[in-house]
Amino acid sequence: AAGMFLRLLSDIQWRAAHPKWRRMTGSQRSTSTTAEPPPASLPAQAQVVICGGGILGTSVAYHLSKMGWKDIVLLEQGRLAAGTTRFCAGIVSTARPVSIELKMAHYSNKLYQQLEQETGVQTGYMKTGSISLAQTQDRLISLKRIASSLNVMGIPCEIISPKKVLQLHPLINIHDLVGAMYVPEDALVSSANVSLALATAASRNGVQIHERTSVSHVTIQKGQVTGVETDRGRIQCEYFVNCAGQWAYELGHSGEEPVHIPVHACEHFYLLTHPLQKPLSNSLPTVVDPDGRIYIRNWQGGILSGGFEKNPKPLFTEGRNQLEIQNLQEDWDHFGPLLSALLRRMPGLEALQIMQLVNCPESFTPDMRCIMGESPTARGYFVLAGMNSAGLSYGGGAGKYLAEWIVNGYPSENVWPLDLKRFGTLQSSRTFLRHRVMEVMPLMCDLKVPRWDFQTGRQLRTSPLYDRLDAQGARWMEKHGFERVKYFVPPGSDLLDLDHSKTFYKPDWFDIVGSEVKCCKEAVCVIDMSSFTKFEISSTGDQALENLQYLFSNDLDVPVGHVVHTGMLNEKGGYENDCSIARLSKRSFFMISPTDQQVHCWAWLKNHLPDDSNLVLEDVTWKYTALNLIGPRAVDVLSELSYAPMTAEHFPSLFCKEMSVGYANGIRVMSITHTGEPGFVLYIPIEYALHVYNEVMNMGQKYGIRNAGYYALRSLRIEKFFAFWGQDLDAFTTPMECGREFQVKLDKGMEFLGQEVLLEQKQNGVYKRFTMFILEDHDTDMDLWPWWGEPIFRNGRYVGKTTSSAYSYTLERHVCLGFVHHFDEKTGEELVVTTDFINQGEYEIDIAGQRFQAKAKLYPFSSLFAQRRRKDEVELSGYQGE
Amino acid sequence: FYLTPPQVNSILKANEYSFKVPEFDGKNVSSVLGFDSNQLPANAPIEDRRSAATCLQTRGMLLGVFDGHAGCACAQAVSERLFYYIAVSLLPHETLLEIENAVESGRALLPILQWHKHPNDYFSKEASKLYFNSLRTYWQELIDLNSGETTDVREALINAFKRLDSDISLEAQVGDPNSFLNYLVLRVAFSGSTACVAHVDGVDLHIANTGDSRAMLGVQEEDGSWSAVNLSYDHNAQNEHEVERVKMEHPKSEEKSLVKQDRLLGLLMPFRAFGDVKFKWSIELQKRVVESGPDQLNDNEYTKFIPPNYHTPPYLTAEPEVIHHRLRPQDKFLVLATDGLWETMHRQDVARIVGEYLTGVHHQQPIAVGGYKVTLGQMHGLLTERRARISSVFEDQNAATHLIRHAVGNNEFGTVDHERLSKMLSLPEELARMYRDDITIIVVQFNSHVIGAYQNEE
Repeated sequence: AAGMFLRLLSDIQWRAAHPKWRRMTGSQRSTSTTAEPPPASLPAQAQVVICGGGILGTSVAYHLSKMGWKDIVLLEQGRLAAGTTRFCAGIVSTARPVSIELKMAHYSNKLYQQLEQETGVQTGYMKTGSISLAQTQDRLISLKRIASSLNVMGIPCEIISPKKVLQLHPLINIHDLVGAMYVPEDALVSSANVSLALATAASRNGVQIHERTSVSHVTIQKGQVTGVETDRGRIQCEYFVNCAGQWAYELGHSGEEPVHIPVHACEHFYLLTHPLQKPLSNSLPTVVDPDGRIYIRNWQGGILSGGFEKNPKPLFTEGRNQLEIQNLQEDWDHFGPLLSALLRRMPGLEALQIMQLVNCPESFTPDMRCIMGESPTARGYFVLAGMNSAGLSYGGGAGKYLAEWIVNGYPSENVWPLDLKRFGTLQSSRTFLRHRVMEVMPLMCDLKVPRWDFQTGRQLRTSPLYDRLDAQGARWMEKHGFERVKYFVPPGSDLLDLDHSKTFYKPDWFDIVGSEVKCCKEAVCVIDMSSFTKFEISSTGDQALENLQYLFSNDLDVPVGHVVHTGMLNEKGGYENDCSIARLSKRSFFMISPTDQQVHCWAWLKNHLPDDSNLVLEDVTWKYTALNLIGPRAVDVLSELSYAPMTAEHFPSLFCKEMSVGYANGIRVMSITHTGEPGFVLYIPIEYALHVYNEVMNMGQKYGIRNAGYYALRSLRIEKFFAFWGQDLDAFTTPMECGREFQVKLDKGMEFLGQEVLLEQKQNGVYKRFTMFILEDHDTDMDLWPWWGEPIFRNGRYVGKTTSSAYSYTLERHVCLGFVHHFDEKTGEELVVTTDFINQGEYEIDIAGQRFQAKAKLYPFSSLFAQRRRKDEVELSGYQGE
Repeated sequence: FYLTPPQVNSILKANEYSFKVPEFDGKNVSSVLGFDSNQLPANAPIEDRRSAATCLQTRGMLLGVFDGHAGCACAQAVSERLFYYIAVSLLPHETLLEIENAVESGRALLPILQWHKHPNDYFSKEASKLYFNSLRTYWQELIDLNSGETTDVREALINAFKRLDSDISLEAQVGDPNSFLNYLVLRVAFSGSTACVAHVDGVDLHIANTGDSRAMLGVQEEDGSWSAVNLSYDHNAQNEHEVERVKMEHPKSEEKSLVKQDRLLGLLMPFRAFGDVKFKWSIELQKRVVESGPDQLNDNEYTKFIPPNYHTPPYLTAEPEVIHHRLRPQDKFLVLATDGLWETMHRQDVARIVGEYLTGVHHQQPIAVGGYKVTLGQMHGLLTERRARISSVFEDQNAATHLIRHAVGNNEFGTVDHERLSKMLSLPEELARMYRDDITIIVVQFNSHVIGAYQNEE
């Protein structure tokens, strides 16, 4: 009924406002007395074909047309706004923990607010505000963290007391609340009407909209989209945008060359009631009670309330398709716990009469973040899907970024956290998706503490040493499907309770990681780092070197056996990837990059390398097990195992050599550790992995060797001010901005990508600067720990956000890394950030609303480096993902 | 004060018993999968009894519930003895001879019954010799009577019931030199008991019922729903045929005094029963036995009291009504229970609750609001009940316990209400009987595959 209501409302408005479009598209929104006009025929070609007439498809069309692209066709298999969009609860909420999602939601809110004025289509936009409730202190902390990031973006937001909650919303039972967050500018809107308004505007700008047209598949030739096949004929196109919502996965797999879009639908329930006796005001704020797993908004004098239950019901796993989403079965028993939560929150509603329980599918993704971007395998194939039930909040901003991406080649913000290329084929299994979304949907409401891990879809990719390490007490996390050790629980110590680790304060692994760090500093540790992405690039002639010299900013024309740290930059000088490249021979290179670069880096290289059969790019990630030997005694262990001198004279830093270790030959040994500590990484053909590991552990015993995990590695790299890609570095950060000028060879005698921008920055300065902060008055035991995303204040003014943080066991202080900007005090304009600007400020880091004094540094503590630093050879790289 | 759920469970489960029939007992594949039984006392001590046994010399299984009144002595005796009488009645002539010869020559006896007893279900050791002698006299008579015909189950059941009741009566008239036994046989005779007994052999199910306990068959319909089929008639004032029968057996002059306030002679609820010699013996006999009996008997006002309008005894019989039912694959279970259950629950609900429990499928009809006016609070209450229903299923490992939980704890929605359950179970002894009766339940589960196979053979 709700859907129908929205539907009817929009139909009426539509006909009144836009007869032209109706005629053109042959839309069938007419009463039974009117004869149906035949549908307009499809064009033979278009520049862009968008599949999906929901909020996302119309938003992409709207923004593309605004950016001046006109030759666009939008295809909808049913009717506009008839899918999930039709059932959307209509809440526009900006309180999002991920910064880029927050920005999208903020933009959407502003867009929807003026949409009615722009298009003449009533959207029902109503600024009601929203209240997010906290039943626990931990929940309040997480709300305070969000409030901090909203505030520095200029979005009004307040942490309020339970009493204030009652003033804002008289129906709320506040007795079990410890506080709440109030976002006064959050809004309600009819998502179907927003979609129609966007379609209206797009249509006015020349976008052709065709309903009742299904895309059967997309044709791709030589890795480039060439057109779409529909049930009404073929359209040739350069760009295809898959906004098919819950059908995005099927559509991606329908062609000969599949495009993997890991989304899976779950049933989502919400309740509609009749009006209260004294109808609720339509300006009453929306209530989100994450601890009760529910949201409640006013709806036509009554309420609309839904939630994210602990036991979601995935659906369409087998890929059943249908034209429009039929209203699925209401399942009151399933909704029961949410109803209990609702009545607990608003006991006064007991006598309120039920109108309907709506069941509509929502698409979820494996990591709870939406999916956008270009397919890694098919150029021109763009995707915008998997909104994790926030399609309305993200729709405007997501459409804008994707339109920019299509038109400019890149969006105006760093969208890597949402990039389709963070996934590969490995996240595309239906079983994996089914299991993972059952975990993701409840997570919408679960408390997300630092370093939480997904529990489902695990143990997919593992090192050959997995069982050995697990037996020794390894605790695991997952990156790109690969199991990686966090730390090792020492034998005899009590098993750590998972729940105890769920804290915003000092975690229970603190001492364990501390002892691993100590061992790295004083003896030797071994960390299995097999998950890193490993490519080999080789050629018959000089093609490999020539192409790499263009794609990488450092000079790769180094003697054979040298290792080079270098950025893989885009034309704006930003990091597309950050790697270590070893020159194996004159004509072949071995490239190591972060784990989650496997798809992105591959696509980037494929797109930029010439189509030359004499130039071979190979992904050898699976071929090697990587053991990182960190510590002053690593050299002793390795030389005893190889009968080769490993001292700095024979094996200097940043060096690579194939040698034998134990019985195994052909081990690629590199004198890097990704931590700044002395040591080596051994790249071992996987069949030798167990042998080499056993030899290392046996030989290492007398040197005090032990296993260590990524948490120790992270602490080591952060205290030495090592940035890593994906966390600190992104496509919008240049080497100049993060103190890595020494990794850029502007004078290497050949042009490279991003060179111009870097030259310009070298001359004129940078607008942000990667800075290290040492927390001064922070009590490790008692205070909240920093995580990332904390606002940085300079002389009381906001200048940027942290990107990563760790406790330094050596400094006995927390270290935060982040970017400092220089906003003009009056205009807010970004100014050049100078060394003096950094050094002459008083800094504070805001952790959940509490500010801690911090000392800013542009260079690491030299005392932390065991080896003498030489400017060129210093290892400033680390890509252990978090 | 409320009992905690574990306290409630320990009360409910104190008397539960389950028996799973071995799939193949060496002779035949059983049509019975097993049974669950349980009882919940209201009287102190409980006056209900239950029995279950496998016949070892013939095929078949016997199960019965016995609701005692005016004490538990008669129900106890019937629960110990009746199945032996039935088993003996079913035995072929040769087996009877074999047994008699064994006794005669002091050889080991062929076992007749394998009992399936809860530890609380006791046998009175003192009376075993007396009971055995009476039983032996019975089979000796059966040997002498040798008709040569194969034994009909219906007849065997009727004979066994009648014979046991007559033995109870005789033993009380004759008395026993042992004063304990003498008092015991008198207490047995002067108290009473109903009996509802099932004999299952392959697809042949016989129910012999005396009194107001009840046997009910749980049938699963094609659509998966559950329905109940009665396999016994209550012998009480609500049963017109019974009233008719009693009136037929006595002169018209007594018509008005026979049934008063729905009771036999205004006193007794069941119209058929074991024991209860006060409704069977002549006044003279009663007086003689009581006077010559022990002092305890003489001091008992009840035993001395002669029912009013007592002109043409006997007014009461133990003769059972026997119903034969051929089991079908859709017949999933049989419930035998004393009136304590049937007073609180409709048989249709019993069928559904047990059916859902046994199949493990707690298919509840999905709720649809449709055009109804339902408030959030009402819906919430309804959902809570439904959840409780499911959780109570998982709490019980015994279908009989599960039924008792519902019988005692059900609220107006037909779902278990812990508060109510707790209240009902924590009633003081003297009050308990006012709110509920003793409840004894046996739930027999059938093996549909075996029953289906039997059907196909024919």
